[in-house]
Amino acid sequence: MVDVSMPSLAPQRRLFRLAGNTRVLAGGSVLALLVLVALTATWIAPFDPLDQDLAAQMQPPVFSAGTGSHWLGADSLGRDLLSRLIYGTRIALEVAVFAAMPTAILGTALGLIAGYYGGVLDAIISRLVDVWTSFPPVLLSIILVALIGTGLSSVVIAIIVIDWTRFCRVIRAETVKQRHMDYVDAAVVAGLRPLTILWREIVPNVLPLAVVLLTLEMGIAITVEAILSFVGLSVSSDTPTWGGMIAEGRTVVHQAPWIMAFPMLALLVTVLALNMLGDGLKAELDPVLR
Amino acid sequence: MNAVLTIDRLCAKLTANGARLLSNISLGVAAGEVHGLVGMSGAGKSMIAKAVLGVLPPAVRVTSGSIRFSGTEIVGLSRLGMRELLARGIALIPQDPLTALNPTRRIEAQMTDVMRARLGLDAKAARLRALSLLEEVQIREPASVLRRFPHEISGGQRQRVLIAIAFACNPKLIVADEPTTALDVTVQKQILRLIHELRSKHGTAILLVTHDLGVVAKICDSLSVMHAGVIVEQGAVADVIAAPAHPFTRALFAATPRHDRPDHELRPVPDAMQRAVAEAST
Amino acid sequence: MLVDRILSRLLQAIPTLAGVAVIVFVLVRVVPGNPIAMMLPPGATQADIERLKALYGFDKSIAEQFLIWTSHALFGDFGISISLRQSVMGLVFSKLPATLELVLLATMVAVSLGVSLAVVGTRFQSEWPEAVIDGLTGFVQSVPDFIWSLALILVLGVLFPVLPISGRSDPRIGLNYATPFQLTESLVRLDARAFFDIFRHMIMPALALALPFAAIVARVLKSSLAEEMTQDYVLLARVKGFSEWRVIVGEALRNAAIPTVILTGVQFTFLIGGTVLVERIFSYPGIGNLAIDAVLNRDLPLIQGLVLVFAVLFITINLLLDFATVALNPKLSHG
Repeated sequence: MVDVSMPSLAPQRRLFRLAGNTRVLAGGSVLALLVLVALTATWIAPFDPLDQDLAAQMQPPVFSAGTGSHWLGADSLGRDLLSRLIYGTRIALEVAVFAAMPTAILGTALGLIAGYYGGVLDAIISRLVDVWTSFPPVLLSIILVALIGTGLSSVVIAIIVIDWTRFCRVIRAETVKQRHMDYVDAAVVAGLRPLTILWREIVPNVLPLAVVLLTLEMGIAITVEAILSFVGLSVSSDTPTWGGMIAEGRTVVHQAPWIMAFPMLALLVTVLALNMLGDGLKAELDPVLR
Repeated sequence: MNAVLTIDRLCAKLTANGARLLSNISLGVAAGEVHGLVGMSGAGKSMIAKAVLGVLPPAVRVTSGSIRFSGTEIVGLSRLGMRELLARGIALIPQDPLTALNPTRRIEAQMTDVMRARLGLDAKAARLRALSLLEEVQIREPASVLRRFPHEISGGQRQRVLIAIAFACNPKLIVADEPTTALDVTVQKQILRLIHELRSKHGTAILLVTHDLGVVAKICDSLSVMHAGVIVEQGAVADVIAAPAHPFTRALFAATPRHDRPDHELRPVPDAMQRAVAEAST
Repeated sequence: MLVDRILSRLLQAIPTLAGVAVIVFVLVRVVPGNPIAMMLPPGATQADIERLKALYGFDKSIAEQFLIWTSHALFGDFGISISLRQSVMGLVFSKLPATLELVLLATMVAVSLGVSLAVVGTRFQSEWPEAVIDGLTGFVQSVPDFIWSLALILVLGVLFPVLPISGRSDPRIGLNYATPFQLTESLVRLDARAFFDIFRHMIMPALALALPFAAIVARVLKSSLAEEMTQDYVLLARVKGFSEWRVIVGEALRNAAIPTVILTGVQFTFLIGGTVLVERIFSYPGIGNLAIDAVLNRDLPLIQGLVLVFAVLFITINLLLDFATVALNPKLSHG
């Protein structure tokens, strides 16, 4: 039989082993760097992201022009691109945390309930997931944000409302699997209450999977925010966001391609790093794969 | 001896851990002869069949010895060389007629493709040949069977189709891998009789892999008894049945139902015997 | 049997469509935000507002509005777009063909690319081409179509300006076609100049849609091919002396395609959803772009009509996928 219990390593040693995985290390480092940039934005940004320097309109980056005060150039209003990029990290990470976390909690909770209790509850939740996922998420989020109004909180709500199914589906399947394990039977025979069994025996075993999904969801959430900013449905155009910068850059892409290129690269690197982290964690935490 | 297939001191190991699968296997199959390769499951007989067909899995490696088909060495042959050799006259009757026919292709396509490729027949000639082959394997309404998909005909009919495919291009050698194991007892008898008749008619050499000594007694001329990757006894079927020399062969006979002696008491092959033979061979 | 299947699937589609219609209708009306206010110039009087409300029927109760809307919708009348002041049906029919042609092209690219990668990867199993293909599909799949679109614009539109980055055709061509199926019509008319111009405009949006989809097709198909390659019929085909390519394409591919069609079906609806964004990025005049404009302008009749159009599209695709599975599997299509 497959050994499904968690390894009895001390927490520190597990952390060490995770760090030994190159994908976890690379993805984690990029994420840590982004957090650092977001936290220290006020100090490290060379300019105020909203300051318009009319003399520097569409100024190219220093490394291609050779001169100028703006390292990564300036946008069509003469605002410093690097500073806007740095401040944009804040929005991206805010969405990653405040949208992905509740999504994970909601989806995991519903998945656990459906998987553990089965019966009517399971039927209702599973049917709901089917209906939800039959509609493409991008379209749904655009319609949803249009209905509840634009702004960062609407974006967060839209992500939670749409993406909980990603967690629910996977966690439900895993819970059903765990439900039939001997140790759960033993706990039932021992007379433990269902909620206690769920919390003590099943949650610890599905948690690694939820963490992996959470990592991937963060990447999805950041992308969705960028898309909605691009379309013009997220925060107001004053606030610097990667998606908003991309939208601005798209209109002048022939004259000043760097305005779109830098936020796009920031988004790409972030998404790839989170994917890598998720894949690495999956390989490390999945008891079957290990 | 006019041998179609000669295996000489063939050894094979698992690539991963070097575990020995076949040790010093030597046997020969003459033209028109049926040679039975007998042993319990896991003895290595299917591995030999796969080696002869050049379809050993990548996990298995031939370490020494040779397999020659009509004078051509098979061990170490390139993929292309093996394809040419197969086309020159080796065919297969597979074990499970349920899975050996492609579920998405009609019987006609699966019979004629090989004739068109090997004999250079056009569609019409290949179809005529397929019809006559189906008559030869005693299938009624061959024209209607040609139009069908595998799931639309019975297991016995499918095995007949597979036999027809095996004989389609006048092979010199047919490897039959447990050809009756997956079939009902009544159908088993008919299929064995069919293979026997076709062999006599076409003079094809057959390497018959089986765990069933009853099958060997019915249609084989000579046999090799295998255990744990080693051939423990070899000879003409009549001689071995009359006086099995090796204790393992005797044990195997004791474990085989005898249709001629219904009162015969069945005895399983003792574990100690299996262990002793296994140790002797390593 | 096949007719029964079609009929039962069509009957199942009716409640789904009705459900979507009700939900969207109610949702659009209960959320705050006044579409009428957005249409009027500043300084309009209360009487002006009431007149417009009456014109669009917003002065009646939601139930009444729904009844009126449904009775008209049954005859193909989905009302008048508030922001564009044209009939919703007319707008949909003028923009839908561009989207359909784009989706079709993207699907063709994705399927041919995905199938080729899967076949090549299977042919060179545990050799270096397989490792390259696995790495490539993994990377392509993890980058969303939004970023693919932008990267394509930067590389093929700006860095090496070989392809146009917006629109559907060069206005200088001066297209004056009878149908909105412009690519198809240019092909039928053998109008090479127009065809290549429209085609060039479609390459990048189609690629952006196709790449992630192709990666998924390649991965799913490759793993089901790997399973088929261990089957006895593949062994028999090898013993027949056929080349490895012929064994994969001629024997295993069709069997492996059955689970692939089922598994990638959901992804295909995502591709349709992806057109909304990709059309926006490339300023491609399809219903996706129209939908975003409708949403930004809170154009209720248009949003309702478009959501129903998307719902019909998804239902149609699921039907087609269902039939594809049946057609591929002789056990289902023949008695």
